[in-house]
Amino acid sequence: MDALIPFPHRQTAHCESGVTANLLRHHDLECSEALAFGIGEGIFFGYLPFIRINHLPLTTFRCSVGTIFTKVNRRLGVAVRRHRFRDPEKAMAALDEKLAEGVPVGCQTGAYWLPYFPPAFRFHFNMHNLVVIGRDKDDYLISDPVFEKVVRCHKDDLRRARFARGTLAPRGAMYYLEAVPPNPDMAGAARQGLVKVCKTMLRTPVPFLGVRGIGFLADRLEKWPKKLGDDLALLHLGQLIRMQEEIGTGGGGFRFMYAAFLQEAAVLLGRAPLFQLSERMTLIGDTWRRFAVSGARICKGRAKAGDTYGELAEILRECGRTERGIYTDLLELLQ
Amino acid sequence: MKVDEVPQDKGMIGDYGHEVCYAVGSNGRYTLSPSLGWEAKNVVNDQAWSVIAQETAKMHALVQSGELSPIAYYQAKHQMDIGLLARYVDMARWRVKRHRRPEVFDRLPERILRRYATVFGVSLAELKTVPATCTPDLIRRR
Repeated sequence: MDALIPFPHRQTAHCESGVTANLLRHHDLECSEALAFGIGEGIFFGYLPFIRINHLPLTTFRCSVGTIFTKVNRRLGVAVRRHRFRDPEKAMAALDEKLAEGVPVGCQTGAYWLPYFPPAFRFHFNMHNLVVIGRDKDDYLISDPVFEKVVRCHKDDLRRARFARGTLAPRGAMYYLEAVPPNPDMAGAARQGLVKVCKTMLRTPVPFLGVRGIGFLADRLEKWPKKLGDDLALLHLGQLIRMQEEIGTGGGGFRFMYAAFLQEAAVLLGRAPLFQLSERMTLIGDTWRRFAVSGARICKGRAKAGDTYGELAEILRECGRTERGIYTDLLELLQ
Repeated sequence: MKVDEVPQDKGMIGDYGHEVCYAVGSNGRYTLSPSLGWEAKNVVNDQAWSVIAQETAKMHALVQSGELSPIAYYQAKHQMDIGLLARYVDMARWRVKRHRRPEVFDRLPERILRRYATVFGVSLAELKTVPATCTPDLIRRR
């Protein structure tokens, strides 16, 4: 074993918020994944049919990649260094150098090339974050937040993953924390995150983002079988459910994680009504799960009574309506 | 979702441990709760892999009938479109498209073939052929 940095590895639901929380904790700042997700304005909704993944429209339940990490650090006053590289050899050398100094290093990678991933998860997805915490000869020791334990990865595989190509190519991106203030204003940061999220969700200038986006998707989804034919409609529906549940969301398209954040925020800000809002957010997460269950039955060809595209669209509209209510009340409470 | 409602449907995670979900405990507070998987997710994951398997089988047949070069098969197997493969081998898309033609592929110099072989993780000899059969299990590794 050449070097292993003692690192507080915790398994989390989502990679970026998990990496953020774990790195802060390494620097003696206690921060849960949900808190990092909330401060970083993680929750979002967007249906972007003009961006295609595997020829199918992109639906997102979270903000754009990198935003959580950046915003958390900005709001807490943490100094961060980021690097990108052209040359893979230089990128690996820079990583080794930081590890030798005892600094855990976050890396952006392409999940397709990581051999420790379960085969069923290996898609070209270039936004997977992990923390490299040590090296043992040709293997790197990695705290990958979506895994239970610290994992090993051969240096060639890691280099490949760091230089994955395609959409949002990481280009060897790595980052580490340089200075963490001893007592940052967590409550203030949480409040900022809450207010900003409500505003982005409620006041989007375009119809396909925020709570309006959910209704927009409902209208589109209802017409899929007619417009696309049954087979293609099934693929669209399957992709939508995968985006909602598969990509490490903690369940219900991040809604449960946000509900957990609302509970933490209630304590931090000393505002009891946030507990009730958390309960309402939980119900929304449950509604999204109901959508996934019903949709999956259609995908499997085992539709029961009530599993139709029309009914699915109704569930989505219900999600949109209730989410609008929550963000409105939240904004009122905080202003 | 309550802790006792957290699904434990084994599937896409297989024997790779578990993931974590946010769920409400008996005291009304959120906790992180382990989950072995969820049937709804398994279904849509299977669907995604069967699309990849179908595409690969289609390319496999076209390679065997001599209409396309083995590059087309390996490309589909690695879930790549022409654009993505072109980025990986650092060539223009039209060149990759051209290399998918068998008569062009047969005359390619070793240095070009090596670029494809490295990306696909196969030897030069393997790159020039495709497996005799293409079963969905070969692609859907679950």
